[in-house]
Amino acid sequence: MIIDAFYAAPALLILALGVYTTIVRDTFPATVGYLAYGLLLTVAWVQLHGVDVALTEAAIGGGLTSLLLVRASARLRATEVPARLERASLPVRGLAALGAGGIAGALALALLSLPDPAPTLAPAAMASIASTGVGNPITAVLMAYRAMDTMLEAIVLLLAIIGVWSLAPDRAWGGRPGPRYNADPDGILAFIARVLPPIGIIVGIYIFWVGADHPGGKFQGATIVAAMWLLTLMAGLTDAPPISGRWLRVLLVAGPAVFIAVGAVGAVLAGAFLGYPDGWAKPLILVIEFALMPSLALTLGLIMAGAPERIAST
Amino acid sequence: MSTLINLLTYVAIIAGVVFFVAGTTGLLRFPDTLTRLHALTKADNLGLGLIVLGLLPQVDGVLNGLKLVAIWLLVMLSSADAGQLIARAARRRGGPV
Repeated sequence: MIIDAFYAAPALLILALGVYTTIVRDTFPATVGYLAYGLLLTVAWVQLHGVDVALTEAAIGGGLTSLLLVRASARLRATEVPARLERASLPVRGLAALGAGGIAGALALALLSLPDPAPTLAPAAMASIASTGVGNPITAVLMAYRAMDTMLEAIVLLLAIIGVWSLAPDRAWGGRPGPRYNADPDGILAFIARVLPPIGIIVGIYIFWVGADHPGGKFQGATIVAAMWLLTLMAGLTDAPPISGRWLRVLLVAGPAVFIAVGAVGAVLAGAFLGYPDGWAKPLILVIEFALMPSLALTLGLIMAGAPERIAST
Repeated sequence: MSTLINLLTYVAIIAGVVFFVAGTTGLLRFPDTLTRLHALTKADNLGLGLIVLGLLPQVDGVLNGLKLVAIWLLVMLSSADAGQLIARAARRRGGPV
């Protein structure tokens, strides 16, 4: 019975928090609810033995996305009161409730009508794992079996950053993202921005490196490194570089470019785009990851830093 | 011997949970921001410390034990920092803190 409570308690909390986040009217409490929801989902993923997914949920759902939402809710604060006065008419709200409930019901039906035991490709993935040279099956799927998806994800992040930059006002195009943060140089924010980044960078690189054989990976590691950069940015210890800088753009593109180059090499040598010649799987995966990790960290950091707001010479 | 170790784990973790419950009660019942921060940081420091203490006899290897202690120290550092920042923001917003 203790075991059932162990699994039921996070599930009930997640449901309750989801209902609260949907119902509450103000944006900031909803954002905080979403953040706590992401962290509870992390616990749920660990209970389901998906530690890689739990790491990604904590880093990106509980960290990056929640930070984006908090900043968005800060910008929307002026519109809170007028937005609360508007209310959609009853038929529209009824239709929305019907649509949302219908989709949830369809998902629940699909999940409950799965055959027991559910079909899985895990044994097939584990059978060929020796040829990929990595020990973690998640990394084998991401970097060997479905490397195409990972490459497209990296390119999608590039498109996201172009989208963020396109929000810049005309006069600030090519300038520095975000406002100039001025924190007290003797204050507590500057203190923690000096103490935490060395630890955080080591933890991030460790999580990236150990992802080959244990739970981890470059996405989680890159998020932590980007978060450390953002901490120093918000404490005023560094300033964001202007987005027109050449080295910045080269570094952003380097990761996906190396990925595509390795894919082309594979097309020539192994007969398929992103195929790995025999015995070359582990070195090629390492090359891709070493090129992709700095690009990912920079991309995620720049997405968080925001659209350019200041001209480059300030 | 292992029963003694398990007993120590149970006692320490239950004590840690008591501190977390106390911190949450403080969050819900205290009147203003500063007192609520006070309650929350107690939960972070002592509650998590007791839980880590209870888990330490169960780990295999010194390295994993050191990792647990490092996690506790990092949580203490960041929660102290966040508490200061929130308190300063609450004071700067003015009005009754």
